Amino acid sequence: MELALELRGITKRFPGVLANDHIDFQVGKGEIHALLGENGAGKTTLMNILYGLYPPDEGEVVLGGQPVKFNSPSDAIHAGIGMVHQHFKLVPPFTVTENIMLGNESMAGPFQLDRAAAAKRITELSNQYGLFVNPKSKVSELSVGVQQRVEILKAFYRNAEVLILDEPTAVLTPQESDELFSIMRGLTQQGKSIIFISHKLKEVLAISDAITVLRRGKVVGDADPHTASEEDLATMMVGRSVILQVEKTAAKPGAAVLSVRGMTVRRDKTASAGSGILLAVNAIDLEVHAGEIVGVAGVEGNGQTELAEALTGLRPIDGGSVTIGGVSIVGKSPRFITVHGVAHVPEDRQKYGLVLGYPIADNLVLATYFEPPFARGIVINEAAIRDNATRLVKEFDIRTPSVYTPARNLSGGNQQKVVVARELSRDNRLLIAAQPTRGLDVGSIEFIHRTIIAARDSGVAVLLISAELDEILSLADRIAVMYKGKIAAIVPRAEATREKLGLLMASGQVQAIAATVAEG
Amino acid sequence: MEDQSISQSAPAAEEADTSQSRGLSAGVDDQLAPSTGGGKPRPSRSQAIFSALHSLLVPFLAVVTALLIGGVVIFISNVISPPVSTSPLYGNSPFNLTLRAYQGLWVGAFGSFDNISATIVTATPYIFGGLAVALGFRAGLFNIGVEGQIALGSLAAAAVGFNPAFAGLSPWLLVPMCLLAGCLAGAIWGGIPGLLKAQTGAHEVITTIMLNYIAIQIVSVVVNAVKPGNGQVRTPDISLNAHLPVLIATSTGLKQIHLGPIIAILAAIAVYWLLWRTTSGFELRTVGTNPSAARYAGISVKRNIMLAMALSGLLGGLAGAVEVTGVNFYHSQGFSAGYGFDSITVALLGKSNPFGVVIAALLFGALKSSAPSMQFYAGTPQDVVSIIQALILLFVAADEIVRYIYRVKSRGEEKVVLTRGWGG
Repeated sequence: MELALELRGITKRFPGVLANDHIDFQVGKGEIHALLGENGAGKTTLMNILYGLYPPDEGEVVLGGQPVKFNSPSDAIHAGIGMVHQHFKLVPPFTVTENIMLGNESMAGPFQLDRAAAAKRITELSNQYGLFVNPKSKVSELSVGVQQRVEILKAFYRNAEVLILDEPTAVLTPQESDELFSIMRGLTQQGKSIIFISHKLKEVLAISDAITVLRRGKVVGDADPHTASEEDLATMMVGRSVILQVEKTAAKPGAAVLSVRGMTVRRDKTASAGSGILLAVNAIDLEVHAGEIVGVAGVEGNGQTELAEALTGLRPIDGGSVTIGGVSIVGKSPRFITVHGVAHVPEDRQKYGLVLGYPIADNLVLATYFEPPFARGIVINEAAIRDNATRLVKEFDIRTPSVYTPARNLSGGNQQKVVVARELSRDNRLLIAAQPTRGLDVGSIEFIHRTIIAARDSGVAVLLISAELDEILSLADRIAVMYKGKIAAIVPRAEATREKLGLLMASGQVQAIAATVAEG
Repeated sequence: MEDQSISQSAPAAEEADTSQSRGLSAGVDDQLAPSTGGGKPRPSRSQAIFSALHSLLVPFLAVVTALLIGGVVIFISNVISPPVSTSPLYGNSPFNLTLRAYQGLWVGAFGSFDNISATIVTATPYIFGGLAVALGFRAGLFNIGVEGQIALGSLAAAAVGFNPAFAGLSPWLLVPMCLLAGCLAGAIWGGIPGLLKAQTGAHEVITTIMLNYIAIQIVSVVVNAVKPGNGQVRTPDISLNAHLPVLIATSTGLKQIHLGPIIAILAAIAVYWLLWRTTSGFELRTVGTNPSAARYAGISVKRNIMLAMALSGLLGGLAGAVEVTGVNFYHSQGFSAGYGFDSITVALLGKSNPFGVVIAALLFGALKSSAPSMQFYAGTPQDVVSIIQALILLFVAADEIVRYIYRVKSRGEEKVVLTRGWGG
């Protein structure tokens, strides 16, 4: 097969870290080549070298048989390499045309942009590659999936032959992901090559022609997507066998711990303006018993975030009753609810879960710093905080040089372990975990899943809110599906199938059980 | 260890792809940040605090740069308009006069015991003011109202001090009463914007600026009502029993070291203790660093905003009270002009670290008290000191310039949030 691109013996050192260790990597013409690895395996560093962001310490980039040297991304772009970053680089108030022209403007006069010529070329490109988008739309008005098309068009406007897609599906709905995959297939049929970076194993197996796995800066090996299984890939990534489906025994539910009756929560003022819908959570009933995991599934934005925030005191409850262990928490403060035995793994760990500038030790006592042994009167007891941190770092396998390392310097997986360690180190009766494994690598996901099940088995009631259907299916004992602020149905795990949950998530009803759905 | 360094590198590596806009060199610096910290585990917090001294490197270089550029300014001013009074010792070429100006600055600040005493006494209000601003910064608040808090603290202390009803009290009673009155006035004046922010979201930058004007008018009304008959617009002198004791006398009897500098050092220690050793300080700093996480952790953001503003105002009020009882012995309209604003520079220069603030305040004290000596030595206008102060503020605020000139890498140190947007 003709090679589009070859990386030979790429080595990149950062002080104390060998980020890339003699990496050899080849991409064939018209191929989708997946680059797979955990966070910190060196994928991003390798792609940044290919894109001209840093020079390699050793090794070379070979394009079309010729070694090339990139001093900046513009060199790489000239050589036909395009990159779509995970976080888009678009100017929201500009139109699609203006965004695509930016940095490569066609001029009608010395001070005049030739928007018409650019728009014409964009229309041609979008027809050629199936990237349909209106060149006159403002980017701010486009959905995330269409914005991504603009990014891809931007690369082809600059005549890219090799396209790097960095975690392109992380921000997409399942439908948008499917559309992206068909666009990717169309591109390769026209001879373009794609480097696809991901840690979602299912997708990698579904779309790729070849897979290269990185671990700790080295190539561990290649895998054939036609014969490899998810377990094989996970084992290569992590370096030991990983259990994707965590084993658990049947739940032994005890008394009801969380009891929600007709709870109503208003939307944010800003969000309600214009949308007309005032209620984020609309008169829901829900019970979670000791020793069981109730999963809340649903497409994001159907009230799950507001549900979790209301139950933890971060957002006012506007109607109905909520009791935890028999005590009403309506109108109570987050402090009251925490002290009452509720652990909360928040959806946005960097905004709510951690103070990134604080040492790990302080983050581990964020909600208990005022209690003995961490405080004596008003004086902080440094030794107790350190001992607590040392113990939890060990118990929860938090990889850090020191308990005084700022949380900012940890990887996402280790940051989440800090949050989980803190929340589960208290004496809890209820755990509310929102998107507990979002953005984490396989090894950390496995660890967090085990921890949640261990909490359940110790008699804690668990409310698990997740947008990942796989996560809900592998952990939950009962599954509540939220749709437009209501609970569309509560299904026991044994009766839940992907199809059934998918229908409930998309429309709030399944024909067979439509009669039981309260919504008219 | 290898595990650790790999997992360490992760956030930087993942982040790097989004850092294009900051330019390549900034991106690489950030890459280095976690691993330099990761190479040597920091075993104890006292070492962590020690390493905070490293963060004073950039302010130090900012001062050096400001002094160098200040030299250029003096040189140019010497060329354009040669100074009138010159010393025959060095000749009076513009270059020699520039050196003379700095010699004058040094001698004026540290050249004799009396001069050192003057430096320390001049630095004292900057220590209190800098601590006031720094405490606000740590809690995520920008207290621009220190100016008004100093004025009202000074007025309140003077009012207690000159009140004939108290004149006969023992100094052991009257001095603390004056200081407490100053603290109380400052705390109320700082507490008002705190209350407004907590209850209505009114931004403290706006409200404290407005309250400065109100404070100035209050001072004007009160001073005009009580002014002695000799035509001066000021309060009567305070009772001798309200004077802070002089600890070390000077030959001139001016700018003698009184108890104030000791109180200032104790205040710095107290602010440090409060912020880093108590549960209240933990709450203040958490609210200042990440208010969302503070709320999540059950910390009352509103209560801490009010507390921080009141404490900040209290330190400002104490600055005024100490000036009245230690140096001025009366309150005159406009005595404090500029202390409150220079305190912002002092807090920034000291990186909002209480001990850094003490060092920065001493520098400002030295510059302020030695300006006349500079004029005496080389005929350089005293205003050059203001230029140097402004340059220091410029280089501290825009520290990327200093990092670029001296190639100082950012170490991803704890950043202090200076202020946030509306209702934040």
